[in-house]
Amino acid sequence: MSSDFSPIPREPVPNADQPGVPLVPSSPVAELTDGEWHRMHPATPLLRGGVAFLVILGIVISNFRERLVAFVLPAWGGPEEYDPITAILNSPNILLILGGVLLFLLLMLVFFYVSWRMATFRIGSDAVEIRSGILFRRHRRAQLDRIQSVNISRPLFARIFAAAKLEVSVAGDGANVNLEYLHARDAEPLRAALLTLASGMQHRKAAAHADASAEPGTSKLERLVTDRARDLLAPELDIAQHEVSALVRVPPLRLILSTVISMSTVILLVTIGVVVYLTTRGQFWALFVLLPTILGVVSYYWNRIAKAMRFSVASTPAGMRIGAGLLSTINDTVPPGRVHAVRVTQPLLWRPFGWWQVQINRAGTSALNPAGSATTALPVGRLDDAAAVVGLLLNQPFYQPVRGLLGDALEAPRPRGFVGNPRRAAWLDPFAWKRTGYTLTGDLLIFRRGVVWRHLDLLPLARLQSLNTTQGPIERRLRLATVTAHTVAGPVIPQLPHMSTADSVALFERVSAAVTVAIGEDTSHRWAAARASAPVPEAPRIDLGLWEPTVEQEAALVAADAQRYPTADEAEQTAAETNQENTK
Amino acid sequence: MTYPEQPPRQPDESVPPVSESAEVSGVPSATDPATAEHTHPAAAPAAPDDRGALELDYPLGQWQRISPKYAVIEQIGNGVTMLIVAVIAALVWWLNETPWPLIAGGAVLIILIITAILIPRRARSIGYLLREDDLLFRRGIMWQRFVAVPYGRMQLVDINRGPVARAFGLSELKFVTAAVGTNVVIPGLPLEEAERLRDHLVAVAESRRSGL
Repeated sequence: MSSDFSPIPREPVPNADQPGVPLVPSSPVAELTDGEWHRMHPATPLLRGGVAFLVILGIVISNFRERLVAFVLPAWGGPEEYDPITAILNSPNILLILGGVLLFLLLMLVFFYVSWRMATFRIGSDAVEIRSGILFRRHRRAQLDRIQSVNISRPLFARIFAAAKLEVSVAGDGANVNLEYLHARDAEPLRAALLTLASGMQHRKAAAHADASAEPGTSKLERLVTDRARDLLAPELDIAQHEVSALVRVPPLRLILSTVISMSTVILLVTIGVVVYLTTRGQFWALFVLLPTILGVVSYYWNRIAKAMRFSVASTPAGMRIGAGLLSTINDTVPPGRVHAVRVTQPLLWRPFGWWQVQINRAGTSALNPAGSATTALPVGRLDDAAAVVGLLLNQPFYQPVRGLLGDALEAPRPRGFVGNPRRAAWLDPFAWKRTGYTLTGDLLIFRRGVVWRHLDLLPLARLQSLNTTQGPIERRLRLATVTAHTVAGPVIPQLPHMSTADSVALFERVSAAVTVAIGEDTSHRWAAARASAPVPEAPRIDLGLWEPTVEQEAALVAADAQRYPTADEAEQTAAETNQENTK
Repeated sequence: MTYPEQPPRQPDESVPPVSESAEVSGVPSATDPATAEHTHPAAAPAAPDDRGALELDYPLGQWQRISPKYAVIEQIGNGVTMLIVAVIAALVWWLNETPWPLIAGGAVLIILIITAILIPRRARSIGYLLREDDLLFRRGIMWQRFVAVPYGRMQLVDINRGPVARAFGLSELKFVTAAVGTNVVIPGLPLEEAERLRDHLVAVAESRRSGL
């Protein structure tokens, strides 16, 4: 262990073994973040090998089911000849084989046990570290101020065993530090402690840990089962536990409807139509096409619904918390300033319903694990919900300006303050040119695009990596150019095609200057340290348009609104002033 | 080590986006390219829309150019490719005795010859400019490309040298950020200059570092 390591200041941890010392609620987490090495949950080997275990169990059970059916109904037909179990049962070396299997299981058990013994983690004041591996030792250390998000993932299997996986995500492909598995009751407070340490906040609050399951007069087993059942049936997000200041939920019905109203349904309906037509013409082979198509579409529906069911986006002190999942749950906490790009988009079929989707780019989403939920901040929602989520993602303290901006930019034919394509861009973009445009607010670059797939890209200037303007030969003839903003990889690819050359040069120069300013002012890697020196206004509770501000809040809001989103008149006025200055 | 005086940046964030409609208000603006070149970039938003070609408002002389030897390296590479194509086409023709390999090979050769003609101009189009807070990079004639990368966004700087480039004492500097799209590769730098540039970039990046 390094000698320069200094453990975080903490209250003395009471020793549970010592009689007379009362158990402080925060003790488990305080112990875990004490800068010493700790072990994972004892069920870890079982859980990590859980999938393989289930598969083997499934094979064995399905084998025995056939055997059972054959035993009860001999007419059904006996087990197949090449069935491995039949082969083993008929083998003369049955004892040898069984012994081998037993030895293998024993070895596996020893291996899992040793690998559990060898895997340890430690959380210090500036880094989280894991050590693992038996033959090939691995020691991985992640700086806390580089954390992009902390995810608590709970596969169904782990939920049954009251375990959870804590994924500390840093930028880089496959660079996550995974604490798998922890006791479920430790995961949430541990995350809060990690993010508090990472935020640079000097004094951390003791994480409250409610142990409500202790009901006197019940047996241990009964209590355990009650506890597990309660956990499995509990809501995905417990508002009381998280100090939630704003919350957006996706109603289940809307999620299901939005999944069904999609292109895959159209494909399914077309396929059914074609098959019915062919069948009536006597082409019965067509029926064979139907089944795989239906299976594919249904499994797509199920995947999406099971993953996004109970979706919630909440603003917590540690950052924005995105939680979802029906059976296996995921909840990801993204600290402020970790979102590199936001896209609000609308598939064509959703337009009659006024539904929108919010996607984000962020560092540390692995290419190896392209889980949709990691880049989806809102699977479906009304524009009000989308505005609330965008406000949370971009740390905009007020709701109304964001709602106003989104409503204006997404629904108005020619929104105020946006610089659009010139008419001649219609040669290259016959329909979309009218909607293409950009605006630059105090800290955001906003691109608006798309006729069929309407979308709006909001890019925090402090996160922009670089900026690019290009011009091909056809564009040159039309005096047009394209501007592309580069962010970390993700679903949002912000591009503004076919601006007039002058506008794109202006955009390029203004944004590249604004980005360097934004970088200089950015302190989000230790987000709370900055807050201590320069207090930001307390974020009001966002109630999706129902929020009624006080007089002071109203005034602040109007001021913020005016500053961030200048009206067209003001924009013209300032432009005219600038022009006058230029002429002088 | 020193770099030539760079155009400073004016804090000019308050100017709202100005579209073409602004020019209707009758601004006598710098249509004359000579004037336009010396106008400060930050004052450019109201610039006229008459020019078609993409050009930032810096005098062309201000851009740092790469070594002229880079064009020679490119020509060598192109020539080798031509030779290989010609040999393969001839070989296939000799084995098959159909005219198609010759036609296909000829087509490729014509493209390569056009490339060879364009190489000098293309090499001249590559340039970079070290501004106060960011690196500006340009390349291309038919397809023009300008990139601005803030120094603080640097993740690493690579210096690569191929065998031919090494024979000419040149190397290639690659500026890597967290975004794949950035793709700033400055070829044809004398090794000494590449190393100086690298050290300079690392130093300025260090002083402007922030979160990812």
